[in-house]
Amino acid sequence: MKATAPSRRALPFRRRQRRALLLGLVLPAFAGATALAVTAISRTQVYAYAPSALPASDELAGRTVKLGGLVEEGSLRHGAGTEVYFAVTDGAATVPVRFDGFLPSLVAEGDGAVVTGTVSSDGTFEATLVAARHDELYMAPEVADALKSTGRYDEYVAQKRR
Amino acid sequence: MGMLTQLSNPARFLSVTRPVLPAAGVIALLCLGVGSWLAFFGSPPDFRQGESVRIMYVHVPAAWGALQTYAFVAIASLIGFVWRHRLADVAAREAAPLGLAFTVLALVTGSLWGKVTWGVFWDWDPRLTSMMVLAFLYAGYLAIWRVMDEAQAARTAALLAMLGAVNLPIIKFSVEWWDTLHQKATVIRADGPAMPASMLWPLGLMTLGYAALFVFVLLLRMRSALARRRAGVPARPSRAVLEPAPEVAS
Repeated sequence: MKATAPSRRALPFRRRQRRALLLGLVLPAFAGATALAVTAISRTQVYAYAPSALPASDELAGRTVKLGGLVEEGSLRHGAGTEVYFAVTDGAATVPVRFDGFLPSLVAEGDGAVVTGTVSSDGTFEATLVAARHDELYMAPEVADALKSTGRYDEYVAQKRR
Repeated sequence: MGMLTQLSNPARFLSVTRPVLPAAGVIALLCLGVGSWLAFFGSPPDFRQGESVRIMYVHVPAAWGALQTYAFVAIASLIGFVWRHRLADVAAREAAPLGLAFTVLALVTGSLWGKVTWGVFWDWDPRLTSMMVLAFLYAGYLAIWRVMDEAQAARTAALLAMLGAVNLPIIKFSVEWWDTLHQKATVIRADGPAMPASMLWPLGLMTLGYAALFVFVLLLRMRSALARRRAGVPARPSRAVLEPAPEVAS
């Protein structure tokens, strides 16, 4: 009996250390496994293809993909009805896009857009959905107008955007 | 840790938090009141988004609150799991519904803003998807508390909360690691906020208001949980029981 008394008193301590040890092994292991998974996803998956990375139509075999980039300056024109044509560029390559449907009001030349659809055999991107991309810059309209009137708007926006 | 150990005594917790409760309530009321007024009337529209920028004053503090509450739940779970502080388990359990409310609020307001700005209510982009995973983590965490007995639920829910914490950096840095439809951070960035002070003020006040509201509701919930326990009311609200899975005939 005498020998068990001290060990029983020490028991809660050992249990706590065991729980701490369990977490010390499980949590870093789980975090490490997640980090590896996240890294693997980053290397093999894209949310949207940049125009210069968009695979050719035979490579995609009619698969629906996303194309992300800037709407090229001077490329946006409206066809019959709700039909609209524009080009998406990332500076290195430009992809012509054809779309028939609801175009969000924030889709404008020089601004970002994410287009969902398929690549046709002639290289045109047949879009089924166009989403406008909004960036992290917030400004009052008067300030934007003032910057435009002094000609410093583009410079300011480029400096604030990353 | 000394203060935490003292706070882990329920009687002491009740006496220490008694004056904090009305103070947090008053701060929440003031900040949310003034913040909402500024958000609606005292701040400019945005040069591209127009008036829909005002959704941001509800959306951004809710999203921050969702992440901060999860961090709180995970840390309280760690303390409850290792040191077996019952009060830490109670804190985690009572904070989780608030976190779920913040998450759902962020998802819903974000969806409305997304329809106006992007043109779509929803998109499976990394930020939106990881935020939805957070909602499911909260829901799973709360479900564990409803179907298990208290001691077992505390251990199991704590493990889920701690493992699920890996989602927090994924949510935060999703807009940096991957290409997303969701924009990058505006306020917390290396070269200062990309937002004028006239918008930062209502945003800051609303954030403070959300935090004070969190403290107020959490303390209220914890105090009533302790009162229920003292009165002998069973902690588990559901009568659901976990049964072994039926054997599958081969």
